[in-house]
Amino acid sequence: MNGVVGHAATLSALLLAALGAVAAFVGGRRRDARYVTAAQRAGVGVFALVALTFVVMERALIMHDFSVSYVAQVGSRATPLFYTIISLWSALEGSILLWALILSVFTALLALSSRRQSKSEGEGDVDPQLPYALGTLFCVNIFFLLLISWPANPFRAMSPIPPDGPGPNALLQNSPFMGVHPPLLYTGYVGLSVPFALATGALLAGRLKPDWPRVIRRWTMVPWTFLSLGIVAGAWWSYEVLGWGGYWAWDPVENASFMPWLTATAFLHSVMVQERRGMLKAWTITLIIATFLLTVLGTFLTRSGVLASVHSFTQSPIGPFFLTFLGIVLLASLTLLAWRGNALSSEGRFDAALSRESAFMINNLLFSGFAFVVLLGTMFPLIAEAVRGVKVSVGGPYFSQMSVPIALMLIFLAGVGPALPWRKGSLELLRGKFRWPTIGALAVGVALAAAGVRAPLAWLAFVLAVFSAGLLVAEFVGPTRARHATTGEPWLLALWRVCASNRRRYGGYVVHGGVLVLAVGVASSATFRREAEWTLQVGATEQLGRYQVRLDSVWAVHESNRDGVMAATTVSVGGRVLTRLNPRLNYYKSAMEPIGTPAVRESLREDIYLVLMAYTADGKHATIKAIASPLVAWIWLGGGIMGLGALFALWPGGAGAPRRDPVPEPGRPRARPVSEARV
Amino acid sequence: MRWQQWAIPASGLPVVAFLAWGLTTDPHTIPSPLPGTPAPEFALETLSGDSLRSSALKGQVVLVNFWASWCLACRAEHAVLVEAATRYRDQGLRVVGVVYEDSRDNARAWMAERGGDWPNVLDAGSRTAIKYGLFGVPETFFIGRDGRILYKQIGPLDQEVIERWVPKLLAAGGAEAAAAPLDTFAEGRSAGHVRVSPESPTARGTARPK
Repeated sequence: MNGVVGHAATLSALLLAALGAVAAFVGGRRRDARYVTAAQRAGVGVFALVALTFVVMERALIMHDFSVSYVAQVGSRATPLFYTIISLWSALEGSILLWALILSVFTALLALSSRRQSKSEGEGDVDPQLPYALGTLFCVNIFFLLLISWPANPFRAMSPIPPDGPGPNALLQNSPFMGVHPPLLYTGYVGLSVPFALATGALLAGRLKPDWPRVIRRWTMVPWTFLSLGIVAGAWWSYEVLGWGGYWAWDPVENASFMPWLTATAFLHSVMVQERRGMLKAWTITLIIATFLLTVLGTFLTRSGVLASVHSFTQSPIGPFFLTFLGIVLLASLTLLAWRGNALSSEGRFDAALSRESAFMINNLLFSGFAFVVLLGTMFPLIAEAVRGVKVSVGGPYFSQMSVPIALMLIFLAGVGPALPWRKGSLELLRGKFRWPTIGALAVGVALAAAGVRAPLAWLAFVLAVFSAGLLVAEFVGPTRARHATTGEPWLLALWRVCASNRRRYGGYVVHGGVLVLAVGVASSATFRREAEWTLQVGATEQLGRYQVRLDSVWAVHESNRDGVMAATTVSVGGRVLTRLNPRLNYYKSAMEPIGTPAVRESLREDIYLVLMAYTADGKHATIKAIASPLVAWIWLGGGIMGLGALFALWPGGAGAPRRDPVPEPGRPRARPVSEARV
Repeated sequence: MRWQQWAIPASGLPVVAFLAWGLTTDPHTIPSPLPGTPAPEFALETLSGDSLRSSALKGQVVLVNFWASWCLACRAEHAVLVEAATRYRDQGLRVVGVVYEDSRDNARAWMAERGGDWPNVLDAGSRTAIKYGLFGVPETFFIGRDGRILYKQIGPLDQEVIERWVPKLLAAGGAEAAAAPLDTFAEGRSAGHVRVSPESPTARGTARPK
């Protein structure tokens, strides 16, 4: 029953999406509001149908309806309810269903927002941009709905119906993080289809409305925020679950999420130049199209079995489908760019090398260079096999060597960019702004060297981060002080009013601050991590740095979906008990090897991380790996700050059109045109 | 659009063609020097206390299967092995189990519980495993009548692998097989490669530095 309803709902959604696409394109072409309205309604309808499909699948999972093929594949009566619910995205077919659901949410949102816009513009004139965008988004929907209705159909009927299933992939039922990381990441990944659709709509219509940068920027900010949080949550999951004490391995799937993040970040900056100065239009639109293409390429690479990866889904026949889709999108968007590119000529030009514009240009070069480096490293095994017929794997050393210099420059730019004025900066202005941050950074540098930091790259990262943070803080302090002086408001209120007066700008600076915190966490944990591995007798103690780890006991636990062996340990510092940690090994029915759950004590200063590697059957010995990672928690903290900053920038009210600062910043001339005061 | 402008979309075609080629490759095959070379010799004690020499198996088609009772994947694999041993026994297939890092009692209990009447040897000090360049268990070596390794399966065996290799090995007569170049048995890209099953610990281990 569930199978039939689910499949029928998928097919209906597919049909409606096809009708919606036709209506949207016809409506845009004929400028006929009736068709456009029909397409907008279809957008909401597709969402309703896909949501129904999703609910039916959840119902089948919760009911243990093993007549549905996907339930038979990932379900199990022994799995706890929470993991049964999230097992929807624990394998290929279900993850595409989640993808389709999120895509349909975005489609409905775009339909509703275009409806509001066409209402406010009046029924007379239909601007074809939004209908074309909606039509493009419908086409993306059609592809994913096609996948669920045929090659990756999760609703196939099982015959005979099995009495029970194996349960979801053991790694995915080992941590509640799996409930958070994939939906966040997918929301970001899939949401990037919307700016792509808007860009395609603009190209098809052959013109960019004046408010286009503002609109597309907002539609990109939302998925960008989710993608950022999803990537950080994925790193955290990897750290908390996989038991290797790391969080990023440059695995193809990680790269697949990181590359669009890089190009989307470049886009978010270049679109500001476009908004402000009318420059970089073709580049900006290329970036957003590249971002979408990278999401499709990443999905193709990791789900078709072309590259080996920890995340690789089981071999599936959807590779050719994804390749066809990728080919169509690639060729169509390149054709569109070639055809309409002329309409996107620059209005403004560069006035000076020392300006916000040039900082944005360097930023864009760095981010797109970074994306290229990651793309090359990810694709290299395939390229090497094609050219020389050899199997190679590209690992951490390549990526670290290439990315560290870029990252260092980006840390520097995160503070310098916001400090530079638009059009033309003067050296005196910079001297004033740079004085205190430079002194602060040098002081920190000397202190670090005195404290024994001997790793030059990490030292440089810390110093640059302090420098940039100083510049960012100054951007808050200056206007707040001026406001406090003129209005007499208390300091905190003045700060809040300053930030609220230009949410986009100050939210953006908070995001930059989060990036700096994250960068410090990465530099420190990658450079100063220490680890040791001991086989301990019960009662014995070993030392790692300042930590004494004592093995108290080894015991077994039995749970409904797994059996586990736990090592109880006490971690002390200087004879004082810091914490008790119980790393464990879990045996799942569906897994061939035991899966560990590390035990971590997190703190802002340093994490101590224990993994149970092995034990003797009599419970008298256990092999434990201990890892101490300084400042690793700063990565998650930085991710959280980035999310808060983005939320602040996106928050309705004052977030729409950037407004003029109420208070001039010190060091800038008071009298300037209104347009100058925007970010 | 002028013709020069078509160059931009045309540049996308090689990318698509390249990726399409990528679909035909299998990232899980990794090169191994073993296929094509003579199987390393061993003389080990069986579970029942007899001695088994690999040289005694010369001229027969042999599956050398490394396993352990603590290995979960070996459990799934065992049924496949039992079936293959039964089905191809009359045609001359021999199976030899090598118990890896495990005790005689565990191995005996395992065979008693799960069936299978082929000889199993104890690999003291894992010397034979080292000679065979073992990645992990289970791992199975397909050895022809000429004593050469023709294929190596990393990770659990399945029906498909058995059907692909065993009949071919059995069909090749003793003398011809010894003279036949390896290509006779090569199947596409599998020649000289071993396939790592995506589920095997090895595949995970290589993908995720630990």
